[in-house]
Amino acid sequence: MKLRDITAESWHAMTMNRLRTGLTMLGMIIGVGAVVLMLAIGQGAQTTVNDSIASMGSNLFIVLSGASTSGGLRFGAGSAPTLTVGDASAIASLATIAQATPVYPGNAQLAYAANNWSTLVSGVGTSYTDIRNWRVEAGRDFDESDLRSSARVVLLGKTVASKLFGNENPVGKTLRIKNSPFLVIGLLEAKGQSLDGRDQDDSALIPVTTAQTKLFGNPFPGTVRYIMAQGKTAESMKDAQQEMTQLLRQRHRLGANAEDDFSIRDLTAMAQAAAGSAKAMSLMLGAIASISLLVGGIGIMNIMLVSVTERTREIGLRMAIGARRRDILLQFLLEAMILCIIGGLVGDMIGIGGAWLVSAMSEMQVVVTLWSILLSFLFSATIGIFFGYYPARRAATLKPVEALRYE
Amino acid sequence: MPPNPELIRIENLSKEYRNGPQSVQVLHDIKLSIGAGEFVAIMGPSGSGKSTFMNILGCLDTPSSGRYFLNGRDVSTLASDELANLRNATLGFVFQGFNLLKRASALENVALPLLYADIGVAARTQRALALLEQIGLEARRDARPNELSGGQQQRVAIARALANNPQIILADEPTGNLDSHTSQEIMAIFSRLNQERGITIVLVTHEADIARYAKRLVRFVDGKIVHDGAVDV
Repeated sequence: MKLRDITAESWHAMTMNRLRTGLTMLGMIIGVGAVVLMLAIGQGAQTTVNDSIASMGSNLFIVLSGASTSGGLRFGAGSAPTLTVGDASAIASLATIAQATPVYPGNAQLAYAANNWSTLVSGVGTSYTDIRNWRVEAGRDFDESDLRSSARVVLLGKTVASKLFGNENPVGKTLRIKNSPFLVIGLLEAKGQSLDGRDQDDSALIPVTTAQTKLFGNPFPGTVRYIMAQGKTAESMKDAQQEMTQLLRQRHRLGANAEDDFSIRDLTAMAQAAAGSAKAMSLMLGAIASISLLVGGIGIMNIMLVSVTERTREIGLRMAIGARRRDILLQFLLEAMILCIIGGLVGDMIGIGGAWLVSAMSEMQVVVTLWSILLSFLFSATIGIFFGYYPARRAATLKPVEALRYE
Repeated sequence: MPPNPELIRIENLSKEYRNGPQSVQVLHDIKLSIGAGEFVAIMGPSGSGKSTFMNILGCLDTPSSGRYFLNGRDVSTLASDELANLRNATLGFVFQGFNLLKRASALENVALPLLYADIGVAARTQRALALLEQIGLEARRDARPNELSGGQQQRVAIARALANNPQIILADEPTGNLDSHTSQEIMAIFSRLNQERGITIVLVTHEADIARYAKRLVRFVDGKIVHDGAVDV
């Protein structure tokens, strides 16, 4: 008997009992749909995290100045102004470091025409945009002469630009920061959220020298809040950290027993941790959804077993008129597989539709990948074979005479 | 001995059913020979073993001991696939309860044995239609069994039994669920098949007037043949 004919018989049997077929399929549809949707949500979370990691810049170190002690009170990291612009250039010249920039941030009120907006204004070096992998979309970046001359120039993030300028092109306009006029020389491209959910575009950059001398003033001239450094390769991050520590201890003339008056953080490690937890979440979602798929499979086995019992006489008759065991086995196995495959296809579509709905109705990023569709589909077909085989075998091993006599 | 070439030979056939430590012997040392073209009625009280005997003749069940030759071939030791092929091509079954697929049309029911004989779909339909015509039901080709009368259902079942041109038709109380008028109609079909096409017919019945259509009577009592010869009822 040809496979096509057996498939037709299986299909016939399924279309004859539409309600049962539909209900059985429902288990599969929900299972596969859940897997596709959950994987899409997990994948979306991972993509979100990876995007913010990429937006942070790669191989990043943050060097914070150390803690200060005053009258027995110890203040937190960054409270003692121990880092200088000189430290930053010394770090930049290390063999394992690609580039480094001092950062001197502060909050300031920006005003243009009738609009004003308070934002984070960071005094930075020329390599800052490069380290942060942050392109200047319009206008130009800082150059060395801006830094040397402590020029009153500013680069605006997207959010700030739109708050102050609306749809106007800000480049070439003059705005006021803390009432001093600054020339907008460039507009930074959109960068989106940082890992902790801050809007990175709600900020402005000015030369670090300008920040120190003209904007914020500085009780300790030449010091900066922190230094941002970029390692040359991901592999040399450990070495780079050690070299920086040695260099800074030397530059700060710390004795062998003295504590570091600075601390170095490897942001890559933090990013990896965040990526790891996103991945764990997506795995967990997938695992939970797989359970519903498994339950759907068991549902199919149940129905197939009932169906075998219900159709015992029919099986006996088919055997009496010439069906071989293999024909009966295949008929029931194919029935289970068709149930699973159609259920899988519909489930895929529902999962994709659900993912689309979730992304349309919430801020969540949802990514449906081809492999998640293929995986859940293959999984459902396998479940069909696995859970269909036992009932099919039971049908095929019935003795014709007993099957015919079954009441 | 029958006059025609021997089609079925049963030698020392026994059948017992084991149920735990108890065993029930249903058939004792049966010897029987049936020639091609014979019309044999099998009678006997309930529990006499005639149905078990029919199941063994139909290759639906296997004997506990003894041998069964069909067309000179020992089928008591054949594997299940070969038995399935015999049931498909050499034997045709007609049951008391018709055993039609409830959810399939008359045409699909008749075509079913052709499906297991690896015949293409176009040829299947053509052959099944021809068979329905022979029994005068071509107009009801799309009717489901529950839309047909008992007699019509049994005629569909006979058409199904004839699908692969079998040498033997085994009928287990084919008129048991029918009124006497319809029974006569069905028996007329069997007679015609036997006389015009030379198909061997073995028929189990309780009723004497059904057995009279046959040319030979075999009577079972307690798993043994107590009469084999003329139809004396």
